[in-house]
Amino acid sequence: MTTLKQPFRGRTDFLPSSGYRLLPFRLNRLRERQDHYVITNDVGEHVLLSKLELEDFVDHRLGTTTALYRRLKSKHFLFDERSRVAIDLLALKYRSRVARVAEFTALHMFVVTLRCDHSCHYCQVSRQSEDRANFDMTPSHAEKALALVFRSPARHLKIEFQGGEPLLNFPLVRHIVERAEALNREHGRDLRFVIASNLSRLTDDVLGFCKDHGIELSTSLDGPADLHDAQRPTKDGSSHARVMDAVRRARAMLGDQSVSALMTTTPAALERVEEIVDEYVAAGFRSIFLRSLSPYGFAARSLIRRYNVQDWITFFKRGLQHILDLNRRGYAMREEYTTVLLQKLFSPTGSGYVDLQSPAGMGIGGIVYNYDGAVYASDEGRMLAEMGDTSFKLGHLDEDSYKSMMTGDALLGPLEATVLESVPMCADCAFQPCCGADPVFHQATQGDWVGHKALSAFCEKQTAVLEFLVALLEDDAFARRTLLGWL
Amino acid sequence: MLISLSNGVRPLAVCSDHPFVARVSENSKLGDDEKRVTALLLRSPDATSEILPEGYRAYLFQYESTEKLRDSYVLPTTLHYLQEGDVIRVDPIRRRVRALYRRASTANFFLVTERCDNFCLMCSQPPRQQNDDWLVDELLRVIPLVDKTTTSLGITGGEPGLLGPRLIELVRAIRDALPRTALHILSNGRAFSDLPFARDLSAIRHGDLMVGIPLYSDLAEEHDYIVQAAGAFDQTVRGILNLKSEGVRVEVRVVIHGDTVERLPELAAFLARNLTFVDHVALMGLELTGFAKTNLNELWVDPVDYVTQLEEAVRTLRHARVPMSIYNHQLCVLPSALRGFARKSISDWKNTYAPECSECDVRDECGGMFASSSIRKSRGISPLREGAPQ
Repeated sequence: MTTLKQPFRGRTDFLPSSGYRLLPFRLNRLRERQDHYVITNDVGEHVLLSKLELEDFVDHRLGTTTALYRRLKSKHFLFDERSRVAIDLLALKYRSRVARVAEFTALHMFVVTLRCDHSCHYCQVSRQSEDRANFDMTPSHAEKALALVFRSPARHLKIEFQGGEPLLNFPLVRHIVERAEALNREHGRDLRFVIASNLSRLTDDVLGFCKDHGIELSTSLDGPADLHDAQRPTKDGSSHARVMDAVRRARAMLGDQSVSALMTTTPAALERVEEIVDEYVAAGFRSIFLRSLSPYGFAARSLIRRYNVQDWITFFKRGLQHILDLNRRGYAMREEYTTVLLQKLFSPTGSGYVDLQSPAGMGIGGIVYNYDGAVYASDEGRMLAEMGDTSFKLGHLDEDSYKSMMTGDALLGPLEATVLESVPMCADCAFQPCCGADPVFHQATQGDWVGHKALSAFCEKQTAVLEFLVALLEDDAFARRTLLGWL
Repeated sequence: MLISLSNGVRPLAVCSDHPFVARVSENSKLGDDEKRVTALLLRSPDATSEILPEGYRAYLFQYESTEKLRDSYVLPTTLHYLQEGDVIRVDPIRRRVRALYRRASTANFFLVTERCDNFCLMCSQPPRQQNDDWLVDELLRVIPLVDKTTTSLGITGGEPGLLGPRLIELVRAIRDALPRTALHILSNGRAFSDLPFARDLSAIRHGDLMVGIPLYSDLAEEHDYIVQAAGAFDQTVRGILNLKSEGVRVEVRVVIHGDTVERLPELAAFLARNLTFVDHVALMGLELTGFAKTNLNELWVDPVDYVTQLEEAVRTLRHARVPMSIYNHQLCVLPSALRGFARKSISDWKNTYAPECSECDVRDECGGMFASSSIRKSRGISPLREGAPQ
């Protein structure tokens, strides 16, 4: 280094001279990398280091000019006499991340009918029925639900139409959209709509309506035709062909990014992740959601028994590597679950993904208005109810007020229990800032909202995927650049 | 950054005994109020066959004259660029005329003090620690003379924040006189670590105000070394936080040089994570003047040698959706993927082009280089050909 002439002072004049102090952090030993640890601070910034480095760090033995010292200081794992602003910045970052809790219930799911023309093996919330009277939402319930939508303080509101197959009750969809827009003229929220549909009934009439009202479409694509059609049976067995055709028409009318798709991992899918991803590429999708099976419903339970969480983790890793390979070859493709976790690691505001929140996203992230007027704290909560466990029913549109549902024990109980800072094992886990609580999962598998994380497939999956991601980010420069591009 | 193309003027008659400011005009039929603040510009004898009207603050001749009106001067040819609407300072004692505002320029900056509490290794305008309160007094007289349609003005130093309440007074005067003019204050931000001061600036409710604040590292010790002031990093960061929390727009300015280039990616990540809410980040090439010249060996890095760090910094800021631009870089030294972020940022009165630039197809889109940069030139300077492989 060159020596500066007077009157300039040298670098050493500005180095911290005395010791440093630790800022709050958590650590996990990596399972697949001996003697290495990932440490995170309260806002999800992370550093990977060896056991020796970790010991030097906590024992205050790090030299102030070492690369590790600088890395840890920059990411607010320590501070020294040179600068105290780290504490203000950490506080600000923490506030930014938790600010979304005050903006509660952005997602409002309307189950406009339970009827469906598909009989998917993993689904517990549909009926093969023509009985509109018993399985369609009534306009009066829709009206009451809409009143609740606008009680939410969230500035951004999303109404998602669910089923069953919501397009089997399209007149109600139309009615709700028009009413919501009319009500919103007074409320002035950022209001968006999405229809979660198998798209088998995507008529030009529906498309025209979607175009006029800026409605997005979300559909299911389980992979190649044989796999998709085996898992998503219809009377004529043409679900795959129909969805591909519908996606094409929707894109032509609404734009390339108007349709998103997700898949469900069944035992039959486990060995075929590359084919599944390739099917998405062939259909022109730029993103895929590699989704594990949820243990709700008897059929799903029997399916899930045929593979364990390790199988799914292997499936996921293979899938993600394949997606990275596609990117390497020049096809920009993204995995949505990974994106959520990356946002939690790198974005100042984290991620709003309902299923990974602390406290749990139920009720305050999303809420479900069921076809029969019952209100559930989450989509999984209503699925559990179909199996007879109504723990997550907040009330009924005809009987209960907004206040009683949002402040009742059915919601506040699980919310209080799922603040991760106070959950056994989560409290000490380095991945806590990137994780969330899933009380419905633990209720279904262990009989209580919290569960024992050592026995939790949810925890196993989260830990494995996050370890995999932080190692990828560290080891593979191309993967790092690609993954950060998904933010 | 003051427009400093000054040169000796020659008095023709009795002169004022102190410096004064005036607006330049060729209009000899102004009303009395306007005359008192106007220097009448006379370009040729033909245009002024009649007797000159009395009452103008000064008379500036671009030709020889025998005029005896008070404050009549002959301008040297170096001042023939003066135009209608420019605002000048006339210093009869030193026989100087200086343009303080040029109507045709898009980069008018007012120097409000030469004092500074930083002492940056690469300062292009080295500070002077002396009382210069008169600068603000003068500017308060200049502002009413500035053209109302001016799109933007800058305030620079030294460190404007050191003026304290006088800065607030100045900004308020600018808002009142020039409500449609954007105002950019270049400050090290330290003074705004005092929340009430940030609040005072915000309370002016200037409609189009931005404070440009340099941050050179994610680490206090690095930033403090570069600005040669212990504790500056904390004050600057707090200043940014205070201004943003009070609703004042902030631009973070990063000068890329030998002491900042290594941690540029870390600095970008720090900004993306901690100061995501800033309104703009400018990644700036070094201007080889002032202290940058003194410390040239430590500071000079050829831009073609920091492309990797620059690309990563740009990627990080872009992913975080922080609005960002690259300043002071010639298009040819940037990889094609970064050229879209480059702005023509070098002030119109100090930019220049290399001889090879005459062969370049994108010269008009390029900001060129600082006139001062001839002492070091990037190896990357070469004409770009449209359609040619990069």
